[in-house]
Amino acid sequence: MDFLPSEAAERFRAEVRELLADVFTDAVREEVHETGTIHSWPLHRAIGERGWIAQALPEAQGGGGRDPEELAALFAELERAGAPYDGLSNVVMVSSVLAHVGNDMIRAEVLPRLLSGEAMVCLGYTEPDSGSDVAAARTRAVHEGDGWRIDGQKMFTSVAEEADWIFLLTRTSGEGPKHAGLTFFLVPMDTPGISLQAVRTLPGKRVNVTFLDGVRVGDEWRVGAVDGGWQVMLVALSFERGLAGGVRDAERLLRVTEEFARRVPPEGGGPPIRDPVVRERLVRLAIDTEVADLLAGRAAWVAASGRLPGTEGAAARLFASESFTRAASWAIDLAGTEGLVQSPERGGRIDGFFEHCYRLAPGTTLAGGTSEIQRNLIAQRGLGLPRT
Amino acid sequence: MDLELGEEQAALVDVVASIADRSSSPAAVRAHEELGFSAELWRRLGEAGLPGIALPEREGGGGAGLLELALAVEVLGAHVAPAPLVEHAVTARLLARAAGPPPGHVVDGTTIATLALRPPIDGVARLLPAGAVAATFVARRGDDLIQVTSDAPGAAVANLASAPLAHRRVDPATVVASGPTARALHDRAVAEWQALTAALLAGLGAGVLELARTYVVDRHQFGRPIGSFQAVQHTLADVTVALDGAQLLARKAAWALDRDRDDAPDLAAMAFLFAAEQAQHAAERALHFHGGYGFMQEYDVQLYYRRAKGWPLVLGAPVREYQRLAASRYGAA
Repeated sequence: MDFLPSEAAERFRAEVRELLADVFTDAVREEVHETGTIHSWPLHRAIGERGWIAQALPEAQGGGGRDPEELAALFAELERAGAPYDGLSNVVMVSSVLAHVGNDMIRAEVLPRLLSGEAMVCLGYTEPDSGSDVAAARTRAVHEGDGWRIDGQKMFTSVAEEADWIFLLTRTSGEGPKHAGLTFFLVPMDTPGISLQAVRTLPGKRVNVTFLDGVRVGDEWRVGAVDGGWQVMLVALSFERGLAGGVRDAERLLRVTEEFARRVPPEGGGPPIRDPVVRERLVRLAIDTEVADLLAGRAAWVAASGRLPGTEGAAARLFASESFTRAASWAIDLAGTEGLVQSPERGGRIDGFFEHCYRLAPGTTLAGGTSEIQRNLIAQRGLGLPRT
Repeated sequence: MDLELGEEQAALVDVVASIADRSSSPAAVRAHEELGFSAELWRRLGEAGLPGIALPEREGGGGAGLLELALAVEVLGAHVAPAPLVEHAVTARLLARAAGPPPGHVVDGTTIATLALRPPIDGVARLLPAGAVAATFVARRGDDLIQVTSDAPGAAVANLASAPLAHRRVDPATVVASGPTARALHDRAVAEWQALTAALLAGLGAGVLELARTYVVDRHQFGRPIGSFQAVQHTLADVTVALDGAQLLARKAAWALDRDRDDAPDLAAMAFLFAAEQAQHAAERALHFHGGYGFMQEYDVQLYYRRAKGWPLVLGAPVREYQRLAASRYGAA
C-alpha cells in the first residue's frame, strides 16, 4: 500500500502543466469565458497533437500508454487550471466505444479525426422527459429506404455547437421493455434537420437543446445492433473510467477561501482567519477536500487495476460534489455582502470567485448522474440492498 | 497510488480477524463490560505478537509500521474489541524512542502500558485510557515526560464507552525525557494515537454499518424489507461513502507517520476528527434504523453507539482539537 502518486503519473502531470502554461494562456482563457463554450480548440488540438487522446483509449481498443492514474492527473490538472474539458472527455469516451463497436467506415473515417484532436463529438442521451431514466428516450429512429429517419429532441448537449458528430441514443422499438428498444447512431452535425438552440447554465456556460427534425442518415452511421443500444450504453459507461469531476473545484475553493480569510476586511477588524468559528470551518473544508481527493484516487486506482470503478466512482462523485456544494454556500457567506459581486474574470482570483462557485456548485451534483442516482448505485450494488 | 494490501498485511488482517471472531464476539464484549477489558482476547493478541508488532525487530518487536497496526486495529474496531492495543502500542513505541528497547514484558504485552493524552491535574491523570488495566503509563508533566509504574492499576470509573478508564496518581514518577524532546516525543505519540484511533473508529463504523445492513434487509414493514425504502438506502449510501473516506484517511495518516512526512501530524488530526464524526453518525443512524429495538440494551447496535462517542472523547473536546489543527495550519489565532 502506497499513497504516493506513481512516478509515471507525476511525470505526466508535469508535462500537462507545461502544456497548459504554453497553450492555455490568459487570452485563451478569456476567449473561453466570453463565448461561454465549454471547449477550447487550441488546447484540445494541442492535447491531440501530443497523442494524449489516443493514449487515453484502452489498450484493447488500439490505444494505451496511459494508465487511469495518469488520465486522472490529466483531468485534475485541467480542472486545477480552470480549463474546459467536457469536449475532451466526450472524445475519449466516444472514441473508446467506436473503437470497440464501431463499423469499418466509422473506424476509418471518424476515429482518426477524433484521436488527432481536430474533430469533436457531443453526447445525445438526455431528453426533456428522460434524464436519470435515460433508457426512457423517445427520440424516434425509423427505418426508411436504405437508412433511417430520426425525429426528436435532446437536452443540455454541451459542446454541440463545436461538434462534428452527435453520439445519439434513439428509440427504434416501442415494444417490450424500454431498454430493449434503443439504438445508437453517430450522426454528422451538418445533416439537414439538426438545429441547435443555446441554453445558458447558471454559471453562464453554453449548453444546447438539439432538435432533430426529419434527419436522414445512412445505416452506416448506426453504432451497434438495431435495438442493441443499451449494450452500447453499458460499454460507454464502462469507459468512463472513474473520471471524477468536481474534486478539484473544492481544492481551489479551499485555497481561495483561505487567502480571502487572511485579508484584513476593508471595514476594519481582524482578518477572519483569526476567528475560531472561521478556523474550525476552514479545517473542516480542508478535511473534506482531503477525503474527496482520496476517494477520487481510489476510483482511479481501481480502474488502473483493471476493474470497473462503479461504486467507487459513484462514491467519489457523490462526496466531492455534495461537500463542494456545502463549501460554496459557506464561502460566499464568509465573504459577506461583497461576495455577491459578479466579476467578468472567473479565473483563480478572489474577486467574483465565490459568486461563481455558488453558481457552479449545483451542477456538480447533477451532471453525469445525480446524487440520488449515485446513492441508488452505492446502496444497491455496493451494499446489496433490495430494489424497490 | 496503490491501495492493495501486501501479502503480509493481508495475512495480518486474517490473523486478527480470526482472533476477534473467536474472542470478541458481541457476547464476549458484553461479558467484559464492567472493566472494558478481556484478558483472554489480550492474551491471544499477545501470542500473535500484536502488542510489539510495530516495534523495531532489534528491540524484540515485529518490525512492522503504524500502517500495519492501523489495519489490525480496524478489525478490532469492527468488533468493538475490549483490548487497549492502540494505547499500548503507541506507548511502547514512545518508550522505545525515549529510552531505548523497552523491557520484554512490555514488548510482549504481559505488562500493559498506556499514555496520558492530557496533562495531569493536581497530580492526577484523570480518566486515563486503559488506566484501569495498565501497570505503567507515560505522561507529560510540565517540561518533563514521566513514567509511572505501580503494581495495582486504578479502579475503573463507570463510563459511556465501558472503557477501562481510571484516575491515576502520577507518582512515584521517573523522568524519561525533558524540555523540547519531551514535548516532541509526546506530540508524536498523540499523533500516532490519533491515526490509530481513526483506524479503530473507521473499523467500528464498518462494523455498525454491517449490523445496519443486515437488519434493514431482514426487517419487513408495509410488506417489504425496510432496506428497500429510499430514505434508508440513501442514508446508508452516504454513511458508506463517509466511512470509506475515513478508512482511507486513517490509513494515509499512518502511512505518512511511518515516513515521517511533514504533513503527517495534521493528517493524523484530520483522520481522527473525521473518523470520530463519521463513526458516530453511522452508529446513530444504524441505531435509528433498528427502530425501538435499537434503543434496547439487548441489541448489539448500542455497543457501537456508546463506543463511537466514548473512544475518541478521551482526548478531550473536539472543538479544541479543531482549533489545534487550525493553529497548525494557519498559525496562532
